[in-house]
Amino acid sequence: MQLAVNIAVLASVYALISCGYVLIYRTSRVLSLAHGELMMLGAYGLFVTASLFAGRPLVAIAVSAVLALAVGVLVYVLLMRRMAGEAVLAAVLTTIALGILLRGAMMFFWGAYEQHPIQALGLVNASVAIGDARISAVALTLVFATGAAYAGLWAFLRYSVWGLRMRAAGQNPLLAAQRGIGLHGIYALAWGLATLTAGIAGMLIACDSALSQTMVVIGLKAFPAALVGGLDSLAGALLGSLLVAAAEVLLIHYVDPLLSDVVPFVVLLAMLIVRPWGLLGSREELDRV
Amino acid sequence: MNAPRASGYFRTSYAQDLQVLETRTRKVSFVLFAVGLLALPFLFGAFALDLANQVLLAVIGAAALMLLTGYAGQISLGHAGLLAAGAFTTGILFKEFGAPFWITLPASALVGAALGLIFGLPSLRLRGLYLAVSTLALHFIVIHLGSEYETRRGFSTGVVIDAPRLFGWELADARAWYYVLLGAAAGTLLVSLNLLRTRTGRAWRAIHVRETVAGALGISVQGAKLSAFVVSSTLTAVAGSLFAYYRGFVSAEAFSLFLTIQYVAMVIIGGMGSLLGAVCGAVFVVLFPYAIESGIKAALPPALLPDSSVFFAANYAAFGLVMILFLVFEPMGLVGIWKRVQNWVLLWPFKQKPLGK
Repeated sequence: MQLAVNIAVLASVYALISCGYVLIYRTSRVLSLAHGELMMLGAYGLFVTASLFAGRPLVAIAVSAVLALAVGVLVYVLLMRRMAGEAVLAAVLTTIALGILLRGAMMFFWGAYEQHPIQALGLVNASVAIGDARISAVALTLVFATGAAYAGLWAFLRYSVWGLRMRAAGQNPLLAAQRGIGLHGIYALAWGLATLTAGIAGMLIACDSALSQTMVVIGLKAFPAALVGGLDSLAGALLGSLLVAAAEVLLIHYVDPLLSDVVPFVVLLAMLIVRPWGLLGSREELDRV
Repeated sequence: MNAPRASGYFRTSYAQDLQVLETRTRKVSFVLFAVGLLALPFLFGAFALDLANQVLLAVIGAAALMLLTGYAGQISLGHAGLLAAGAFTTGILFKEFGAPFWITLPASALVGAALGLIFGLPSLRLRGLYLAVSTLALHFIVIHLGSEYETRRGFSTGVVIDAPRLFGWELADARAWYYVLLGAAAGTLLVSLNLLRTRTGRAWRAIHVRETVAGALGISVQGAKLSAFVVSSTLTAVAGSLFAYYRGFVSAEAFSLFLTIQYVAMVIIGGMGSLLGAVCGAVFVVLFPYAIESGIKAALPPALLPDSSVFFAANYAAFGLVMILFLVFEPMGLVGIWKRVQNWVLLWPFKQKPLGK
């Protein structure tokens, strides 16, 4: 039972992070490898707002979520917009460079120490019992947040006008532009939403354990989940996260705890050999890159 | 390399066509350059000599990555993994069997070649982004195997390696290392230069431009891809082995993803598709953090100097910023800037390059 709970929590962590990879890739065909750093930036955002709005945790969380959204839009407007139309490699390398820049800047401003934003918020991370298993309150929130994020994104892409435009831009940018859809606005929105979900994930992880440099590794490990499910499919990201998390938790439990950092990548490699476009991804993606 | 000269195409025999240094000016300047390089250790202090050695090590690795990414167009994010493979082969052979230099180095090269084949296999099915991702996954697996060895055998902080002995003469002095590494780097560059002029090198450039056309021209696309991976990783593993001996120490922490990014940055900052670019990029990326640090130290009064973690953070951020600036504003890298300056001087007072050149 505890194992199942652990798998569910880890899967929702990966799922919440990997929907950002999918959103950006599906809309603009760019793989953002700065996702882990953006996630950490969101957590630091909460850390700052928590001390600014001391005693009002909800305001702090709301403000830091808006900040994360704004950061994502800014990243597109200031940087990634210039990479439109460049080679795939150049865009990916730009996101890597952005990640390094962000990591350096965060170390510069906040130092490399562990921080605990939940203390600054004045909340307590209580433990909840489900059957004979235990789960922390924040982890439970994270599972629900992931569900809400996926339901929200699905409804947004399915029913709203902007979601329709986003799907159109992802399918065929040229035709979408011809129909009068402003591509830059759509791409900026995709970056904003991806950073928002990553930021929420970062905040919750930071509240559950601690805000430290290892968070970047979690961001990077979520990326195999997105690819296993298929880089252009949200449902795939959910499935992939579940698969990768299950493999990781079970192997750590039964084989060796040291495997934690390598399991997602082994799963990824196996997937790339058998079915490179992922479980639910569309096949022509491979020829487009 | 074999570009026709501005004055016209004056080659009259095959021997001339094969020459690396064509004119007397080039020969003289090359000899002067070589003499300068050979004299360097007698001019430098210990710190500068260590920097020069690091640059030479980086040149080998960067040239290997340039062959793969810059010429054959295969994206690899597993470079640090290959360096680690070379270093760990050397470390393990030394620690377990006490193997001497002349066994560990070829063994590292062999392991590198085998890994190159493994790293290259996904390239037969995948392209671009997906290939980069598969090499990234292999990087993590190689590093994991290395750290697994460390923990299993109880060398949790790393494997210590003694200085190598060549013909009964111990290679411990930084100056001696400089000459060995200079020879290795020069050898790597010469091999790469000549390889690029052969059928193999032309095949690599052909698959870079368009695989379908290359296949239609009778080039084995699979063969060319695999050979690019194998040659590149062999050279990289040799660089890793030399790195292990030079440091006298192998540890999985030294081969992080950041090292891969540094090598990719060397290729980007130097300039894609040019061996000169690999050299320039290696010099730039290795010296950059030291330049930043001494810049900060010179700008601030000693009382205000921050501690080392701030330097580390500033270096990190500045490195990311420089990489972004190059990617956005100068995708052709340092070599692109150099070519533009060259053209400006050659064409002055005109500004445009004549059409078709």
